[in-house]
Order: sequence, then C-alpha cells, then structure tokens
Amino acid sequence: MRRTLWRRAVCAAGLALTIALPAAADDTPKRGGTLIYMIPADAPPSFDAQREETYATIHAAAPYYSTLVRANPMDPGSPDLVCDLCTEMPTPTDNGKTWTFKIRTGVKFHDGTPLTAADVVASWNKIIFPPEGVVSPRQSNFLMVDKVEATDPQTVVFHLKFATDAFILALADPYAWIYSKAKLDQDVHWYEKNILGSGPFKFVKYETGQSIEGVRNPDYYHAGLPYLDGIKGIFADKQVTRVEAIRSDQAAIEFRGFPPTVRDELKQALGDKLAVQTSDWNCGGLITPNHKKKPFDDPRVRRALTLAIDRWGSAADLAKIAIVHTVGGLTFPASPLAPSKEELQQIAGYWPDIEKSRAEAKRLLKEAGQENLTFELLNRSTDQPYKYYGIWVVDQWAKIGVHVTQKVLPTGPWFAAMRAEDFDLTVEGNCQNVVNPLADVGKYLPHTISEGNYGNFEDEHEVDLYNRMLRELDKAKQKALLLEFNKYVLDEQAHGIFLLWWQRIVPYHSYVKGWKIGPSHYVNQDLGTVWLDK
Amino acid sequence: MHRYIVSRLLLVIPTLLGAATLVFILMRLIPGDICLVRLGSGGTGFSTQALAACHAEIGIDKPWLLQFWDFIWGLARGDFGISMWSGKPVIQEIATRFPVSLEVALLATTIAIVIAIPLGTISALKQNTWIDLVVRTFSIAGIATPAFWLGILSILLVLDVSQAITGHPWMPSIDYVPIWKDPIRNLSIVMLPAITVGYRYAAVSMRMTRSAMLEVLREDYIRTARAKGLLEKIVINRHALKNALLPVVTVIGIEFAFLIGGLVVTEQVFNLNGIGRLMVQAVQNQDYTLTQALVMLTVTLAVLSNLVVDLLYAWLDPRIRLK
Repeated sequence: MRRTLWRRAVCAAGLALTIALPAAADDTPKRGGTLIYMIPADAPPSFDAQREETYATIHAAAPYYSTLVRANPMDPGSPDLVCDLCTEMPTPTDNGKTWTFKIRTGVKFHDGTPLTAADVVASWNKIIFPPEGVVSPRQSNFLMVDKVEATDPQTVVFHLKFATDAFILALADPYAWIYSKAKLDQDVHWYEKNILGSGPFKFVKYETGQSIEGVRNPDYYHAGLPYLDGIKGIFADKQVTRVEAIRSDQAAIEFRGFPPTVRDELKQALGDKLAVQTSDWNCGGLITPNHKKKPFDDPRVRRALTLAIDRWGSAADLAKIAIVHTVGGLTFPASPLAPSKEELQQIAGYWPDIEKSRAEAKRLLKEAGQENLTFELLNRSTDQPYKYYGIWVVDQWAKIGVHVTQKVLPTGPWFAAMRAEDFDLTVEGNCQNVVNPLADVGKYLPHTISEGNYGNFEDEHEVDLYNRMLRELDKAKQKALLLEFNKYVLDEQAHGIFLLWWQRIVPYHSYVKGWKIGPSHYVNQDLGTVWLDK
Repeated sequence: MHRYIVSRLLLVIPTLLGAATLVFILMRLIPGDICLVRLGSGGTGFSTQALAACHAEIGIDKPWLLQFWDFIWGLARGDFGISMWSGKPVIQEIATRFPVSLEVALLATTIAIVIAIPLGTISALKQNTWIDLVVRTFSIAGIATPAFWLGILSILLVLDVSQAITGHPWMPSIDYVPIWKDPIRNLSIVMLPAITVGYRYAAVSMRMTRSAMLEVLREDYIRTARAKGLLEKIVINRHALKNALLPVVTVIGIEFAFLIGGLVVTEQVFNLNGIGRLMVQAVQNQDYTLTQALVMLTVTLAVLSNLVVDLLYAWLDPRIRLK
C-alpha cells in the first residue's frame, strides 16, 4: 500500500509539475556571472527569517544562510529531504522520538568562525523555545519537540514528546536559518539588522528597499558550489516594473510567480529566450464562515454555501487569468496523502454534477429557513488571487439565490476584522512551505488549538481526529484519517469552504539554469545550484 | 523683512503641532496595526503570544497618551524615533530616499519651467490662432493624463521601439545610482519619470502663464509701453512677463513642495526608491513612526516653499512689501 501511495505521488507530482526547461539534463554547469533577480516586495521588515513571515526576507537573504535539512534543490517538490548542514539524514530511534543529526565538520560562518552543533541548537531553541520578547511565528509547528541538545560539537539531538511524521518535514522549514550562537548570546535581535550565515553566498551590501548583493562564498561546504560569482536582488513591489525588468533583461528571473497573463505577455515578447516552470503551489484559498454569526452557526447553511460552488467547472477558466489552478481538498493535491478525484467527488462541493449540488444547496437553505440569505464577504485587498476568489464565489452563490456584497480591506484591517470576529464570512489563504500534509491541515482546527483559524467554533471530535492523525506512523492509515478529516471539515461540518489550490508560474530568461521550481516560493531559494548559460 | 521671515518660521511650530496631532490620531484610528501586517504577511495565522511580543517590542502596547508624548518629545529634540517596520532610525530611512525624490522634483520643475513659460506666453500672444489651439490642447492633455499611466506607457513605448529597432527590448535601469557615481546612468533613470511628472506640472503652469499673460497684456501700462514705441520684445519680456509670473511662481512653488512627497505612484511605476514610495509603504505597513515623520517632513516643506514663494513675490513686484 505504501509503495502504491508513493508511486501515485510521483505520478501526481509529474502531472502537477509541468516543467518546460529548455536546457537538457546533461548540461554542464558554467561558472561565473552575476544573477540579477527581482524580489516582488518592498524592503523586508528584518533579515531575521526566524521571526518573519514574509517571502521578502527569504528571497533577499536565503542565499547567505544554511539550514539543518532542506528540500532537495534538484527536486524541491519531493518529500525526500536532504541534508544541508547535517552529514546524512538520520533514522529516528526510541520509537521515533529521538532524532540525532551529525553536523558537517569544517563549516564556517562568513566571518571565519566555525559553525558547530552549539550554533544549530541555539538557533533551534530560539525558534522552538523563544526567550521572552522574541517573536517566533512558526513555534507551534514544533509542539512535538521536547528538547534540543548538543551532545558533542558535531551532534545535535532532538527529543520529541511523541513520534510523528510531521516532525522531519517541519524541520526543513526554509525560515530556520542557522545563526551564530555567539551573536545570539550577544544580542538575540542581532540578526534582524545584520546578515551573517554560512550559505553559498557572502553578503556584500544592502541598499535599503532597493537592492541586496552578495558574492560567492569560496569556503562553501557543498563542494563545487555555488556556480555564480555573485547575486543581486532588486526590490520592486509593482508587478509592471518586474515584468518590464525581465523583458528588458535587467533581471533574469523573479522566483515567486506571475499570473498566466504575464507568462503569455513575456513569451510573446521574448520567444525562445524565455523558459517557464510551472507547479502546483502549496497555497490554497478558503472561505471561513464565522460560526458565531447567525445563520452560519447552522451546518446546513455552511454546507449549502460550499455545495453552490462549481470547482470542477470553473478551475480551468480561472486558471487562465489568476494564479489558481487545481481542485483539491485540504491536503496538497500532489501529496501521496491527498484524496483521489473519486474520493474528493464524494465530498459536498466536489460532486461531479453541479446542478444536483445546487439543488441540494437550495433545499438545505430552505430547510434552514434561509431562502433569501444575504451577507457580507470580507476579503483582503490583494489582487492575486484573493480578489479573483471573491468575485468568483459571489457569482457562484448568486446561482442559488444568495445575495452577497464584498468588503475588501488592506492586510492590517482585514486581520483586525477577523480577530475582532467582525465578519460573516472571510476569504483566506493557507500558504505553507515544505509540503507537510499532517501539519499543514492544522490551520483548520478550532481557534483554541490553531490561532490562525477565525471560524470561532469548538469541535472536540475534529481535534481528536487530528491528534490521532498526527501520531499515526502508518502511511495508509494516515491517508485514511486525512480523508476522514477532509470529509468531516469540508462536508459534514463545513467549518471551512475550500476553494482552489494556487499555481506557481515562473517565467525567466532561458540562460538561467540549475534552478528547479517547487511547490513553495519559500523553498529552494539559496541559489547555490544556479548557473548562467551565457 | 528679517522680522517677517522669523515670524513666518515661528508659525511652522503650531502648524507642525496640529499636523502631528492629526496624523497621530488618524493612524491609530485605522483598524489593525503593524504587527498584524508583519505577522500576517505570509497569509497564514499567528499566535496571540507572537502578537503580544511584537506589540511589546514596538511599544504600541503603551497607552496612546504615552505614545503621543514620546512622539512630541522626540519631535522637539529632532528625534523621529525608530521605524516600526525596519527597526532603523526614521531619519536614516528618509535620508536614503530624499535625494531621489529631490532630484526628480528638481528635474521635473526645470522641465516644467522650460516648457510652460515660453509656450504659455506664445499661446497668450497668439490667442485664438491655431498655435494657441495646439498649445491649449497640449496643456489640457497634460492635466487630464494621469502621470502613472503616462509613465507605464512611456516605458512600454521605449521597450517596443527599442525592440523594433535593435531586436532587443531596452529600458532605463530600475536600479538607482546617485548622480555623483554615474551621471549618465543616473540621468537615464530619472529622465523618464521627470518628463512624465514634468509634463503634467508644465501643463498646469502653462495654463496659468497664458491666462496671467492675457490679463497683463490688456493692462494700460502695456498699451502705454507700446505707444511709447518700445520694441515688442521689450514690452513682452520686461513689462508683461515679469508681472504675469506672480501666479505662475505660486503654482510652481506649491507643485514643487507636492512633488517631494507626492510622487507616490510615479515612484512605484519607475521603481524609484523615493519619499513617495516610502510613504506608501509606511501607510500600508501601518508604520506609525515613519508615517508621522514623513507627514511632518511634507508639512515642513509645504510651509517653507510657501515662504519662498512669498519672498519671490517681493522680488518680482517691489510694490509688495512684506510686513
């Protein structure tokens, strides 16, 4: 069963990753040159990835840092992780509760000081057990960790409270940069304004809000890497600027992703000088009903709203104009643990016959006394894909006679409205990094467990189901539990109304080689394997 | 004169205080705060603990009155504080961007003056002829066309034309370099935004020049000058234009002050790391300290540019006495 699952995973990934690399696989990397790339953001708030949530920090400074383990740079969508600072991926002991990592010898920070297990432990302790006053937004991903310790200068041991498959995937967090213990001891906030890592590139300079530059690290521990002499990231928040920069070859690539219309525009302008890589994106859109507001406390109403949405019929058209693409449940579609199409079609809102689905939606609304339902949909003023989601569902709900108005707010006020429970339904996103099927669905747990859930409900059954799933080590049983979880959250209770998964489209100059797209724009950004065929 | 300047400068204090109070309150009336933007930028959730730590670190968990006192006391000492977003001194954030906006503003003003005054004068002198019609159409188009749209269009035009001619699309660099480091590259970067902004600026000034000139040309002293047999050139340049310039100088002064902090969209379109773009970022990020400082800077510049305009009035028209 496990082998079948992984085979299906490979097939799914193959379907999801439509890679149009013009370079043949046997291209011999060339050394030298400077990669100029666009960073689709303004100045990052800080350079301390351990405290930030934005990709602006990752895209700006990941090339200067190392991590303990990471996604495979040559296959970043694969669940098979590889070592960065460790020497080999360990097999856990103590019934899966102890993970021992050997750290490479001879690794140096860019200031010449040696990197040891003490630095790795100090960095992970800051993430998992942050001192008072230190922000660590992904701390909850490591609730299974009991203790991290260095048993000798080259050995790091993670002791877990319980064994779970979610741990090792969480450990590959691309934000988990390894810092110098000495610097952290000196000032725990030092890394917010300074860059000092052990990654493939050495930091040179940062022009605030404009650009960031680095040069090749000659002491890099991955032999022969990096290929480039230097890198330069240019910050540009406006999409039009970034597109024009790529078109005029002022920049070779932007790693986050463009909408399909931009891909077409660049392809038309640059022809075969442009390469495109496409992938399913580990980001999904969802609508969260506020269970504290009537009539959304009634599962029949929530169920009717998900039944009205024609996901199968709309996905292809929406994919032409927006960064959305794949119909799926709560689990990343290319994951071996994701429900199959047939399984998905058993869930409300995913039925193959939309007319039947909408008839059932109308029946449920009538039964709940909500035939003339009217409400306000809260949305975030981010063009892609939030506004597209909003316009789409308003139209879909109109087809069952539900009248909806949209309220679109900037990020700050949007979060404030959700936290204040001041909304009927809200459009949200769930964007994760390394695909971690068990942990990634944590977002859909009640607010008391998952503070990122704004549905304002309690559900002991759901929490129990999740806890069983998190502790389950058998892949087939994990998949079955995940399917049960999907059915329960999306159909039976309709706590959330899942929309479509995103698609990541990265058009770039074809002379850029050695970079592989993955299902997350946070992953595979150290640029160590990138080279220029010029 | 000196007394007048000092009294005008002293007026800056209550103006700044009023603006400071207003911006302090308005920023805090916007729902949400910088921590929500910062922690939520990934699109996922975050813990209350993380939010509380962020509030404490930035200092927005303190009572408003205390925050206001910190702000005013800092202002009195010339200390604008630390940017809540970047953690860097606000003065440093502004100082990095100010030269960029200043350069574009100066260049746009030069372009505007060079275009507006001659064309506005010619249009007035050739009133109701085809020349007047062309100039008026040109100026109305300038007022009606948004600078950001013209900016995008001009970049696309450069890209398309260069691709058609050379086969390779080209556009000015989007990575700013100061003029003292590479003057040619610098000018290639700031020229398009300066022309884009300068056109609208010129259009406004051109219409003002034309109407002021038309008014002045009907004055008795112009008729007298012509009756005395003065050369038309002297009548126009020495007698008419100098007097017609008074309202034009006002427009130029106001526009210049606006340009320093007001190139909000143009700086975004051309990826210029100036004050306007910084203002957008500060407001979007709900960075109270930075927004407050930028508003203070804009208000100060507006007040000072009005003062300079008033002083220019006295120079242009000796009948005006500044008291």
